[in-house]
Amino acid sequence: MASNQNTEADIMADDMSASTPPMGFKVIVKEFAKDKLALGSLILMVAILLFIFIGSFIIDQDAATRVSLFDAYLPPFSSSTDPAYQGTEYLLGTDSAGRDIFGQLVIGARNSLLIGLSVTVITSVLGIIVGILAAYYAGMVDNVIMRVIDFIMILPQTMIIIIFVTIVSNYNVFSFILIMSAFYWVGQARFIRGRALTVGRLDFISASKTMGTPTYKIILREMMPNISSLIIVNLTLNFAANIGLETGLSFLGFGLPSNVPSLGTLVSAATNPDILENKSWVWLPASTLILVLVLCINYVGRALQRSADAKQRLG
Amino acid sequence: MWKTIFRRLLLMIPQIIILSILIFIIAEFMPGDPFTGMIDPNVDPAQIDALREQFGLNDPLPVKYVRWVGNALQGDFGRSFNYKTDVLNVIGDRLGNTVRLSLLSTVLTYLIALPLGIFSGRYNDTLFDKGVIIYNFVSFAVPTFVLALLMVFVFGYNLGWFPSRGSIDVQASGFWEESWSRLYHLILPSITTAILGTTSIIQFLRTEIIDAKTSDYVKTARSKGVPIDKVYTRHIFRNASLPIASGFGYTIVNLLTGSIFIERIFNYSGMGNLFIESILSRDYSVIFVLVLFYGILGLIGTLLSDLILMTVDPRIRID
Repeated sequence: MASNQNTEADIMADDMSASTPPMGFKVIVKEFAKDKLALGSLILMVAILLFIFIGSFIIDQDAATRVSLFDAYLPPFSSSTDPAYQGTEYLLGTDSAGRDIFGQLVIGARNSLLIGLSVTVITSVLGIIVGILAAYYAGMVDNVIMRVIDFIMILPQTMIIIIFVTIVSNYNVFSFILIMSAFYWVGQARFIRGRALTVGRLDFISASKTMGTPTYKIILREMMPNISSLIIVNLTLNFAANIGLETGLSFLGFGLPSNVPSLGTLVSAATNPDILENKSWVWLPASTLILVLVLCINYVGRALQRSADAKQRLG
Repeated sequence: MWKTIFRRLLLMIPQIIILSILIFIIAEFMPGDPFTGMIDPNVDPAQIDALREQFGLNDPLPVKYVRWVGNALQGDFGRSFNYKTDVLNVIGDRLGNTVRLSLLSTVLTYLIALPLGIFSGRYNDTLFDKGVIIYNFVSFAVPTFVLALLMVFVFGYNLGWFPSRGSIDVQASGFWEESWSRLYHLILPSITTAILGTTSIIQFLRTEIIDAKTSDYVKTARSKGVPIDKVYTRHIFRNASLPIASGFGYTIVNLLTGSIFIERIFNYSGMGNLFIESILSRDYSVIFVLVLFYGILGLIGTLLSDLILMTVDPRIRID
């Protein structure tokens, strides 16, 4: 009997996903074909990502962070004046310690991207779990969870993250990722809960509950597929936002440890008026890269968002 | 109405208490204390210990917290070790600058967002609308510090239209000259903040107006012979502005809290900059009061938004 029920539920879930796909692959292709700017952003984004990840394998990290004081503030396209490193070319110039900007840019971008990705994945997983549980059980559970989330939301988060960054002992990349995730999951949970609540009220969920389908099955096979497109869109948009947050915190000096290159650390050289005005090669490439990356990822996210919503589709 | 406000205010008290306990515990974990900087071979460690004892830094946590609350209720928020004066004085000096920045930013935000939102909604799918959509997309996506840096670089240094750093010219004297100097220093940071704040307002206005175009009440008004301009100003705008009115409380709070990056980059001596300085010099008493202040501000902003929504939209009753 039990197995019979399960197969029934399986068939139902299969039917569901077969008849009304939330966001088919074809729809996405159509959407990108219709919106040339989105297609351009996608291509540019993939190109930058490939370049950064392949580049960070090729570039020698020690060479990129090598200090050579003779070479301080060399403009782009100059070669090393330090006899020890004769023949080294600096494509984008050097910073205050004579470190190669180009190498730091590539490795910093990789670090920023990986951190953005980790924070996005952690916050999304936490947010999805908490959000769906709150929506599924509703009532008291929902009430308690939402009170906690609302409370964390009104906290001055940037400030508290900065305080945490300064108090954690043996601070490293992982603690930074955890600190960021600890505060940014609440937005995710709130968003997912909102969407899951509407799905949870639909008739087929109630029907499933009446039939005695186990909770985990209802959540995983019936609720999740219905919000999966929203989750994907949300992941993309949050990825862009998290890159902005990480680089921002590193810019203020409360992000990545100072020995790890990050786009934000490169930009933070611009807090010195002299560098800002006269040595723009130090910070301008990193700022431009952040801007281009964030814009591209966001634009791709918007195109995905449109494909997930039949009302907004172009294609 | 008054009953609701009273109840909400009462609910804020436990929230503020939890917030203050949390921050107090966090502040305790910060490494070093204000006297760590005094440690050097010429200073007797016993003397530093005596100082710690004198300022009560060695007492257990609950004792310190209760003492702090007791003092705070009498208006004494402790002393800043860095500035050697009352915390309230330190913050008070900066509060004016931050409030001026937020006020001008708020005004500019609405000055930019309202016309853009209204016209792009009214003439949707025109070239102007497409431009607004692109502007809105960029202002949503760009990180605060990148935009601020580019603004300083372009308008402050390369074009030299605005001063790029500080909040007032040192040489300014006399009331008018000082006021002008303050305003002049405010323009660039305010515009930057305003650009970042317009996104949701434009988005809401535009979609609301586009939706309203096909709604029954607009058709009725048109068929009764109301001129199209009047339909927009009297009927559509009123309805479309509801979500914006209710977002007002959040907008103000966002502007105030978003000021850390802006103030840092424009080297504007407001509360955001004070926070970073205090973190760097481990000035707990200032950090604590600042975070508490912003936390309470967040609570008030939420309350304000709910109240505005209740007043402008009689359909909504929030208990």
